Amino acid sequence: MDTKLTTKTAEKEGATIMNQPVAAQDSVYRVDNLNLWYGDDHALKDVNLDIKQNEVTAIIGPSGCGKSTFIKTLNRMVELVPIVRTNGVIEYNGRNIFDKEYEVEELRTSVGMVFQQPNPFPKSIYDNIAYGPRVHGVKNKKILDEIVERSLRGAAIWDEVKDRLNENAYGLSGGQQQRLCIARCLAIEPDVILMDEPTSALDPISTLKVEELVQDLKKDYSIIIVTHNMQQAARVSDKTAFFLNGEVVEFDQTDRIFSNPSDKRTEDYISGRFG
Amino acid sequence: MALPEKQPVQKKFIDPVAVKKSIGQRLVVNNVTKVIFLIGLLFGLVVLGILLFGVIRDGAAWLSLDFLLNAPSRRPANAGIYPALMGTIFLMLLIIPMIFIIGVGAAIYLEEYAKRGRMTSFIEVNISNLAGVPSIVFGLLGLTFFVRNMGFGSTLIAGALTLALMSLPVVIVSSQEAIRSVPQAMRHASLALGASKWQTTFKVVLPASLPGVITGIILAVSRAIGETAPLIMVGAAIFIARAPEGLFSEFTALPIQIYNWTSRPQADFQGLAAAGILILMVILLTMNSLAIWIRNRFSKRY
Repeated sequence: MDTKLTTKTAEKEGATIMNQPVAAQDSVYRVDNLNLWYGDDHALKDVNLDIKQNEVTAIIGPSGCGKSTFIKTLNRMVELVPIVRTNGVIEYNGRNIFDKEYEVEELRTSVGMVFQQPNPFPKSIYDNIAYGPRVHGVKNKKILDEIVERSLRGAAIWDEVKDRLNENAYGLSGGQQQRLCIARCLAIEPDVILMDEPTSALDPISTLKVEELVQDLKKDYSIIIVTHNMQQAARVSDKTAFFLNGEVVEFDQTDRIFSNPSDKRTEDYISGRFG
Repeated sequence: MALPEKQPVQKKFIDPVAVKKSIGQRLVVNNVTKVIFLIGLLFGLVVLGILLFGVIRDGAAWLSLDFLLNAPSRRPANAGIYPALMGTIFLMLLIIPMIFIIGVGAAIYLEEYAKRGRMTSFIEVNISNLAGVPSIVFGLLGLTFFVRNMGFGSTLIAGALTLALMSLPVVIVSSQEAIRSVPQAMRHASLALGASKWQTTFKVVLPASLPGVITGIILAVSRAIGETAPLIMVGAAIFIARAPEGLFSEFTALPIQIYNWTSRPQADFQGLAAAGILILMVILLTMNSLAIWIRNRFSKRY
């Protein structure tokens, strides 16, 4: 496993050096003048963001401000909506994700995603986790076993499910299902995890567990988390971007955003005057 | 929560006295409708019961192992349904893979790949329309295309292809519904893990929709094997002594055999026909129960 991981990283660094020698070493995503339309509806306007490695970046903003659209653009899931048009550049590790040769399957293997509603497959817990690796060609039962255990441990749910790996995932509680989905996402060994309001369907205790998990995962992954809960952004993130009507109003250290925002609109939103 | 301050007394639009008066009348209507619906239910059940009773009374005496294993004969005492029974079974075995592959394939294409647009809805409307086309029209199509143009003659394969064509619209529509009922979230979960569209369809969507798909196929097949008209058009043999030996041998089927016996004047043949109906009914009921069992056993809740 370790050798595989090293080669993977090495390849990526190679690619980075070849394509984008100027890019800062620790930037995972560089978003450059991104615009997105749903038909005639201009949903993202000139978005520029620089997302760093091994940080938690929170995206906040009122409903309909484009934060979910933005995060779904990062792994091109947004293109499942047929009327979407984009222009601009998103560089992931120095490669433009909109390049013709950049297959979405490849991108989505290194950028995992956790959704708003827990969405396990109607399969056993084991098969849920093993799904990703199997899709990418892992057949060896021993390796699969190891991936399943490591992913479930990584998502802090191993102890709760280790005795019932063959039971249907729908028997788990909502919070457990969401952590299972996080584990499923870890199983494809991504570098980035996108989380689209991962706790909005969960009770407070499950929310707390997921937040603690995000803190843990930061060591090994870059995390981008959309949340409508400002306290959550303040608790878990290093940087925060405030979106309003499809624009990035402010992007800065979370401490600064919450203590001393430079834009009046950010201040109004943070202090609960709207949104 | 703090109570709001004094609220002005609102005028009431629903008069309690009038409500009390009208309640009795409403309950009468309530009971009358209930009885009407019950009659509707009983009407179907009673008619079915009478039919069943008649068939069992006439046919039960003729049921025996010999009846299942003998070929039809001029003498009622020796007559059996073996060739027809085997013909029906072979037809089923041929139809199921054909409609599964083509029907589910078409449904997957329409649901997962086709762009939503006028062309797709035009095709969908026409598939639904085809489901309502009388079966004898499919018989004519089979006669023209499979029997004559393709040169199959009045053979088992021509009959199977005709029945498969007839069942396809129903299978496509029911498979489409089953595929559509798989939540988008499942597809998104799979795609977000880097799975391709085909992997998503094959490993997530299809397994999740399989109970609905199989139920649709079983119901379509059980309708197909009860059909007489298309098989008569295709030229299924009225009188045949042997079970079909291959795809290109002559064949007959249970409904044809039953139809043949009922058209004879002797009372004994009427009894044989009733016995044949019982066998056909056992097959149909078994298949329908299987469909219900599969639906209940494997249907997934999301």
